[in-house]
Amino acid sequence: MAYSFPEEVLEHVFSFLSSEKDRNAVSLVCKSWYEMERWCRRRIFVGNCYAVNPKIMIRRFPEVKSVELKGKPHFADFNLVPEGWGGYAYPWIVEIARGYPWLEEIRLKRMVVTDESLELISKSFKNFKVLVLSSCEGFSTDGLAAIAANCRNLRVLELRECEVEDLSGHWLSHFPDSFTSLESLNMGCLNSEVSFSALERLVARSPNLKTLRLNRAVPLEKLPTLLQLAPQLVELGTGSYSAEIRSDLCSSLLEAFSRCKNLKGLSGFWDVVPAYLPAFYSMCPRLTFLNLSYATTQSPDLTKIVSQCHNLQRLWVLDYIEDTGLNALSMSCKDLQELRVFPSDPFVADANVLLTEQGLVSVSEGCPKLQSVLYFCRQFSNSALTTIAKNRPNLTTFRLCILEPRAPDYLTFEPLDSGFGSIVQHCKNLRRLSLSGLLTDRVFQHIGTHAKKLDMLSIAFAGDSDLGLHYVLSGCESLRKLEIRDCPFGDKALLANADKLETMRSLWMSSCAVSFGACKVLGQKMPGLNVEVIDERENLDSIPHNSPVEKLYIYRTVAGERFDMPHFVRTMGKDNRRFK
Amino acid sequence: MRVDSSQKLSGTISFLLFPPGYLHCSFHFFHVCKTLSSSMSMSLKEFDYIGSSEAKMEKITHKQDLNLKATELRLGLPGSESPERNTINGGGMAALKILVSGAKRGFSDTIKTSSGTWGFPDNGGSEVDFVKSGALFSSSSSPRIDNKNPNSVKEAVVSSSTKNYLHDKHSQIASSNGQDSVAASKGQVVGWPPIRSFRKNSMATKQTKNDVEMGSNCVYVKVSMDGAPYLRKVDLKIYSSYLDLSSALEKMFSSFTLGLSESQMDLLNGSEYVLTYEDKDGDLMLVGDVPWDMFTASCKRMRIMKSSDASCLAPRAMAKGSGRN
Repeated sequence: MAYSFPEEVLEHVFSFLSSEKDRNAVSLVCKSWYEMERWCRRRIFVGNCYAVNPKIMIRRFPEVKSVELKGKPHFADFNLVPEGWGGYAYPWIVEIARGYPWLEEIRLKRMVVTDESLELISKSFKNFKVLVLSSCEGFSTDGLAAIAANCRNLRVLELRECEVEDLSGHWLSHFPDSFTSLESLNMGCLNSEVSFSALERLVARSPNLKTLRLNRAVPLEKLPTLLQLAPQLVELGTGSYSAEIRSDLCSSLLEAFSRCKNLKGLSGFWDVVPAYLPAFYSMCPRLTFLNLSYATTQSPDLTKIVSQCHNLQRLWVLDYIEDTGLNALSMSCKDLQELRVFPSDPFVADANVLLTEQGLVSVSEGCPKLQSVLYFCRQFSNSALTTIAKNRPNLTTFRLCILEPRAPDYLTFEPLDSGFGSIVQHCKNLRRLSLSGLLTDRVFQHIGTHAKKLDMLSIAFAGDSDLGLHYVLSGCESLRKLEIRDCPFGDKALLANADKLETMRSLWMSSCAVSFGACKVLGQKMPGLNVEVIDERENLDSIPHNSPVEKLYIYRTVAGERFDMPHFVRTMGKDNRRFK
Repeated sequence: MRVDSSQKLSGTISFLLFPPGYLHCSFHFFHVCKTLSSSMSMSLKEFDYIGSSEAKMEKITHKQDLNLKATELRLGLPGSESPERNTINGGGMAALKILVSGAKRGFSDTIKTSSGTWGFPDNGGSEVDFVKSGALFSSSSSPRIDNKNPNSVKEAVVSSSTKNYLHDKHSQIASSNGQDSVAASKGQVVGWPPIRSFRKNSMATKQTKNDVEMGSNCVYVKVSMDGAPYLRKVDLKIYSSYLDLSSALEKMFSSFTLGLSESQMDLLNGSEYVLTYEDKDGDLMLVGDVPWDMFTASCKRMRIMKSSDASCLAPRAMAKGSGRN
């Protein structure tokens, strides 16, 4: 009788498990499964680069092929995390270079990546294939040149919304002529012009190229040439979509697009000249992803486009689409799963477009598969929220941003508590929620009561007292990421729910009411948490203990206190010389 | 009694990670939570989070006579009083009006008119212990029940919300991002609305790019005229000076101005109409003040206003005019 499966069999079984959660669960079953699982894990995801240190990771998982790391908290996207806070990739790269010489993939998000790091990557991994940098900063095009020159087997190079020091476009020319393995190139966030002939030749010798996202500097006139060379493209990001109106360009664009039979996703469209939009109409029925969020086209054109995209699954668009366009969307795009509507003029109080809550209500009515919503607008009502909730109980992500902080229900002037309450009540699988508008503690009561699957919650300018925070921390069982700004939440709720914080990845609180003293107490009592106070004021040591901190970032960690902090970040409650 | 699974789970975690003494505290905290959520009739006055009796709890669950300010927890060391509580009520009505009528306010208005600061007085006046013993953080004061002002829901809610709205000036100034320090100096809120820098920068450069680009780009702006049935659009790029633009507009709109003499129609210097434009910031400006290039770069739309409407903008028009409104 066999007491257990032979290792090889178990390994084979485990190889079908791709989800991190499943793998983590498997490793907890018993010691032998733990051992087996750690040897055959190939992908690691570290959601907070300070939660664990690379040595621990390498020791436990010796044969990893793909590492994904995230650095700064999400609110860093909105400039709430001061520069120099941390999130440095270099220490990780150094260890990984030593520990995983056969590593193939690195994905970094919101980290500071230097040219040094990129050079190290390019030289350390013989079989390096995938580099994806999202919202990263700290490197220049020189670092990219090193990657281009040295990574002979590179397949994917994606720079998503990074801040790159653009020294020149020459980096692209560093890909050697023998380099033919490129499958995906995303340089959309770069500003400088690359040598067009180098780009042309690169595309020509990359038969497996499926994704190409150009930057704004690539003019529309060059697009047909590139498309002719890569008719197999599945995802295309155009460069600048404007040119003088010439019939020859129109027809060559039309022809080039029509050759791309596999094109499913389009993006780019900077500086759109509407006359050139019809060039890709023939692609519309095949499109599943359309990102027009940089296209300042007006509603009639946008309506015309979406009306033809019968297979569209994801749409990102500016509020120029207006309610009429969204209505057309709801009638034409029955497969729509994700909708993101961005504001065209967010810093102006008066509406410049006719986009209201009605647009989203129509889409919620007409699109039965709608799961994910990001919607910026200027007015909303409880009744609209309730309608949306009842129409779409299958929502998993609901992020509503009413531009004016604390804006009430525009019909009744009441807080939007009941509306958001309906959302959490009806949408039982809601995993991500962002709140806005006028909200009292009551909305948090609803959230704590109903949002049992909620994983990430973003709160701004809401609530009346600690009760609000307490409802969330005590009620939301699945909560892992909580980010709060400008809310009157203080010490009480935080300290009462200290244990909860260890079950979460992180908690961000800025411009709230948590005192230095409470942070210190929390840090002392919870050795498994780093309680970081981020405060740029001078004379921090002379500020009284009951004074509120500017910003607070609490995260669980097994790596202990970090030592790469700038002067304005302190880990509270550890034996820290800097803060008494 | 409902079994609260979160209680069990966190109890387990506590066991694994903390010394035994802790376990007692953590269970207590969750015990308190259950009380809050289930409104049970347990006599836990001194444990009651919001510092009042069950009657108060029922009020809250029935959404009536909500007096959130009175039950609101404030920070402070034990034994000190809260000086600001009563003044907030007074500010409440004003804040309510502003907030309610604020369909057209910008963020800067919000900041300027907020009626109080989120102060941190040394107060323990309304605090209660969570647990009698083994508390993580306790204050020794007794519950404070303030029933004297059963405000309407709206007012209480709005006033406490606006009262709490302090955007710490420090975090505005401390922001190192150029775009945001400009925004902050205009009275806008840092990091709001939540739009990534890449997108913000793209939108900004988009506008300047449109104007600065040579040759292929045109700058079409709408031109409206008071009293005209429809608007026109002009490409600012094809004109080289204000005079050029003005004569073109005059020709364009001549059909709507029958009966006016040439001097009256003169848009730049005439007295009947005034040529204005809306700039990048949304402000109404008089055409002609800034250099031509700057004008084409910042003009979003134009409006030919009757001088009677534009009296504050165009004093010279009024002065020249014969007093005709």
